[in-house]
Amino acid sequence: MIEFILNNKIIRTSQNTGMTLLDYVRYEKNLSGTKIGCREGDCGACTVLVGSTTNAGNVEYKSITSCISPLGNAHGKHVVTVEGTNLKEKLTVVQQAMKDNYATQCGFCTPGFVMALTGFSMSNVEKNSTNALNAISGNICRCTGYKSIKNAAESVCQKLDYDKDGMPLDWLIENEFIPEYFKNIHEKLSALNTKTVNQNNGKVVSGGTDLYVQQADNLMDNSVNLISNNEHLKGIKINQGICTIGSNSTVTDLWNHTELNQYFPNLRQHLKLVSSEQIRNMASFGGNIVNASPIGDMSIFFLALNSNITLINKENTERTIALKDFYKGYKTYDLKEGELIKSIHFKLPSKKSLFNFEKVCKRQHLDIASVNAAIQIEVKDNFITNAQVSIGGVFAFPKYLEETSAFLKGKELTETLIIEANTILQKEISPISDVRGTSDYKRLLARQLFYSHFIELFPDTFSLNNFVQHA
Amino acid sequence: MHKVKTNNELNAKKIEVFDALKKSVKNIDSNTHLRGESIYVDDINIRQGTFFAVVFDAPVAHGKIKSIDYSKAEAVAGVERIFTYKDIPGENQIGGILPDEPLFAKEEIHFWGMPIALIVAESEFIARKARALITIDIEELPVITTAKEAKEKNSFINAPRSFGLGNADKAFKDCDYVFEGETFSNGQEHLYIETQGSYVEPLENGNLKVISSTQGPTAVQKAISKVLGLPMHKIEIDVTRLGGGFGGKEDQANPWAAMTALAAYLLNQSVKLILNRHDDLRMTGKRHPYESTFKIGLTKNLKIQAYKVEFLQNSGAAADLSPAIAERTLFHATNSYFIPNVATTVYSCKTNLPPNTAFRGFGGPQGMFVIESAIAKAASELGIAPRKIQEANLFQENDVFSYGQIAKQVEAKNTWNAAKNIFNVEALEQNIKEFNASSSNLKKGLALMPITFGISFTNTMMNHARALVHIYQDGSVGISTAAVEMGQGVNTKLLQIAAQFFSIHPEKIKIESTNTTRVANTSPSAASSTADLNGKALAKACEALLSRLKNIVTEEFNASKETIQLKDEFVYINNEKTALTWNELINKAMMKRVALTENAHYATPVIHFDKTKEKGHPFAYHVYGTAVFTATVDCVRGTYEFDDVKIVHDYGKSMSQGIDLGQVEGALIQGIGWMTMEEIAFNKKGKLLSNSLSTYKVPDIFSIPKNIDILPLETEGNEMAILKSKAVGEPPLMYGIGAYFAIQNAIKAFNPNYKLKFHAPMTPEKVLTSLYAN
Repeated sequence: MIEFILNNKIIRTSQNTGMTLLDYVRYEKNLSGTKIGCREGDCGACTVLVGSTTNAGNVEYKSITSCISPLGNAHGKHVVTVEGTNLKEKLTVVQQAMKDNYATQCGFCTPGFVMALTGFSMSNVEKNSTNALNAISGNICRCTGYKSIKNAAESVCQKLDYDKDGMPLDWLIENEFIPEYFKNIHEKLSALNTKTVNQNNGKVVSGGTDLYVQQADNLMDNSVNLISNNEHLKGIKINQGICTIGSNSTVTDLWNHTELNQYFPNLRQHLKLVSSEQIRNMASFGGNIVNASPIGDMSIFFLALNSNITLINKENTERTIALKDFYKGYKTYDLKEGELIKSIHFKLPSKKSLFNFEKVCKRQHLDIASVNAAIQIEVKDNFITNAQVSIGGVFAFPKYLEETSAFLKGKELTETLIIEANTILQKEISPISDVRGTSDYKRLLARQLFYSHFIELFPDTFSLNNFVQHA
Repeated sequence: MHKVKTNNELNAKKIEVFDALKKSVKNIDSNTHLRGESIYVDDINIRQGTFFAVVFDAPVAHGKIKSIDYSKAEAVAGVERIFTYKDIPGENQIGGILPDEPLFAKEEIHFWGMPIALIVAESEFIARKARALITIDIEELPVITTAKEAKEKNSFINAPRSFGLGNADKAFKDCDYVFEGETFSNGQEHLYIETQGSYVEPLENGNLKVISSTQGPTAVQKAISKVLGLPMHKIEIDVTRLGGGFGGKEDQANPWAAMTALAAYLLNQSVKLILNRHDDLRMTGKRHPYESTFKIGLTKNLKIQAYKVEFLQNSGAAADLSPAIAERTLFHATNSYFIPNVATTVYSCKTNLPPNTAFRGFGGPQGMFVIESAIAKAASELGIAPRKIQEANLFQENDVFSYGQIAKQVEAKNTWNAAKNIFNVEALEQNIKEFNASSSNLKKGLALMPITFGISFTNTMMNHARALVHIYQDGSVGISTAAVEMGQGVNTKLLQIAAQFFSIHPEKIKIESTNTTRVANTSPSAASSTADLNGKALAKACEALLSRLKNIVTEEFNASKETIQLKDEFVYINNEKTALTWNELINKAMMKRVALTENAHYATPVIHFDKTKEKGHPFAYHVYGTAVFTATVDCVRGTYEFDDVKIVHDYGKSMSQGIDLGQVEGALIQGIGWMTMEEIAFNKKGKLLSNSLSTYKVPDIFSIPKNIDILPLETEGNEMAILKSKAVGEPPLMYGIGAYFAIQNAIKAFNPNYKLKFHAPMTPEKVLTSLYAN
């Protein structure tokens, strides 16, 4: 039995937990405002909000794409569709802003934008236009060309009286962002019977952002083992210079982590390239690693941090291995029957250590990389004391560049060294031609992104001119 | 450094646009769209017992079917029946222009994704599961994926078409410069966010009611009529709105509606078929890829004297609308330029891709890309800015188009000069030069893109429409036309027309769904002409009703008809308000048994075209404009962004600036997408590789130009346009071509060895490769 609140109603259903939330709200509950655009989390037309009770005793809302979210993950939550944001007689502030700015044409993507912007209004992020755009980065509109939507988002921002602890619910209700009934949701959520166990022995699913793209039909039919509410796999902890990320943590958890943002000042810039807000809100790190895609962004990220992963089996026996040893071949890895990834851990970079992440794809955001690359490097008196380089899209699995990394270590940081290191890098990779680019292109791009690390990290020392001759 | 001086004229114009937007009418569907209450095909209340369908399609691009085993699929619990060509009571044929396209493959497969059967089941999920169990044995045949290959093998849809003016071959001999080159522009996926779909309900006596996401309700009605062997009057098509069309639902809504109707008719039960995204991407046609070769000749003073081009259109496996699209390529082959000697030829090449189809611009963009490439090539060889050549050849009043139409009310130079002056193009150019001199990692490039686009269906007989207007006895009004609302705001414009003619509150007016029983024999909502044709018909209907209402006032007040006016729901005589209200007037009309319904027909006057001579006057008028693009290329990564797009656009007298601006912005971004990131890929066996939204990327909110300024050109408008408000749907898409050339110019600033290539889209892969090409 799955219990949750859908808009203003308590739902108790014995539907398959693996059914998508989208199918449930549209076809079982006839809430047809939530649209189907792609069923792979790439268009945002099916965006809904999911509210969870926090330790602080309030309800925190996040936007997700309901097309790749298992119904079972709604257990104990408040799910809000566009119908659930409507006021009786008039438009909400978000809806009115969209209307005033001509931000709706054919209307099919519109509820998704309304939901994403409503989610932004309710969130505790600073109310500036960058954050507003981030909130709708996962929504595709084929009609407007977005300028009108951007204007609408700006205007919503201006109407939000930013409070860094989050927008008070009462204020949002009073100012017509959301309807009155939201007041009682916390109480109603607390009264739900969430002790029911919804876990089966089927496929392990956390956020579902990749599995539901690849094999939705199988998951809908069969029982799934939903682990996203599994608290012991959650959380980001820092202890004695070691950062441990529970495999169930979402990309958003990392995005919001104050301390890690200090260690990695460009963290949000990097993560913004990885996925849209809706996906970040669901996608788990464990999922990203076991997906084993040769271009898995987070795998590349963690490889350069020389991360280890801890695996746990059904008997609760744990083993820890280096992430770079986990991958064995194309989509094959060292995971034994019944094992799950428990956590990822890495040593926090020292003050002297620098980190960079690069990604190039056809579309710069919410696209799969042609090549992605990361580096962690320490330089003392112009000598490289430590270097860890990883690269994706140019090998059968996310590649830690052993030889390139080793070559850099202990040498003086000069343009000749970097150019020489690239020749080693080129030997370590073996890209293939596919829809993301020809192998020649990927080789060239691998070189460029490798140079780019140094141009980005040492802007006073290197520019493109140091490495190539054209200009 | 790259700051343009404060431009007072620009600021004043921006404020004007901003004010006009605030006052302009909002899309009448806004509220239901925003509240998630708008109804699309998949949202309608379905009849109890409705079945759901999934299409089984060909897993190879060319071959002969040896055998198909449906038994395992049929055995799945919940599967009702599987339909194939054998079940078709009428003709297995859906070709619109040429009868060359079966609804279901019989013996031969012509493209990967060609429909073979329809699986009907209790749920879509069951139908999909059953589909996976069908096995098919096919003898594979050689596959053609490119137009060039098709031409070599003499594989054509129809005979080639040629337009000519003067004598190009002779004129080249007198040119000071002659350049030749090749171009390629790839296809484009429509990516309407609402996929194709239909829902069919059988009514009594074997009649059918069809809800379809189509731009052409009559085309759907005809297709079903043919497939089922039923007269058209038994089939009612109803369309409330589409979640995007862009040409993709002009003819290609037909097969899905016909299949659904077939199943509903034979099962005597409602059936719904909504294509899932992957099926839609795989089975439907797209914008035509073109491979072209050009030859351009200029004089020393940069006048283009001669232009010769051969277009190879990749039509796909059946004609669909390809011949008409090929024709429009010829119409727009010289874009905004007057060239005295022109020889253009287009071949519609038959390949093993899904039949390519209408897409915003309808062959025009492909034609314009080639002439812009030719100019860019000439400029590059001559070492000058392309804009010098562009500017020297813009159309002027009374110049002749290669198809014989004399250019009137030409705004090509006016938009060009306005853009050049208001946006201070020379200063922009200077800033870019300075920036490039000082930056090593980033380079900027500028490009101008003028457009000239003809308005009307080029098939003259399609330029007609009807409007049915009821004034109900309580004074409220219902309007039916052939116009299909798909986001372009046509319903809002229709409502404005009626509100203006009757001078009543918009809330008194309802725009009905588009329905073949109320308005028959319609042309599709396409060719940017929907508002013009249907709006003019509506205006005629309103005028006729108004005239009858005025007759009543004449009798009542003994006033001459010319002195009577309806204003703000009151009758005015000689500009003086009377006590007679709109509602009372309607009531009087009822009492006097005056007809309060009018059906008006409009056919565009003047236009004609003689295909035997390839000359005539095919367009009611032309739309003009000029765009200025600035791109920045990241020479480390090969990525790019657009700093600025600045446009002066010829709206005529816009009826709704908000809606029209939305059309320009939307088309612009779609055009940029076509020219930059949207890359359709088929493998050599004809399988679509860009077969999902994770592999086919359209612009997102981060990829649009950082700054977009779109200003209207002040003009008197054109009488042939509805209320002098010019058509706006397609023309601005072609501004997007400027994106390609702005990037190229930035690449050239980095790599002086780079030889221009005309191979769209300009993906980051091509940019990086070009940056480092020797």
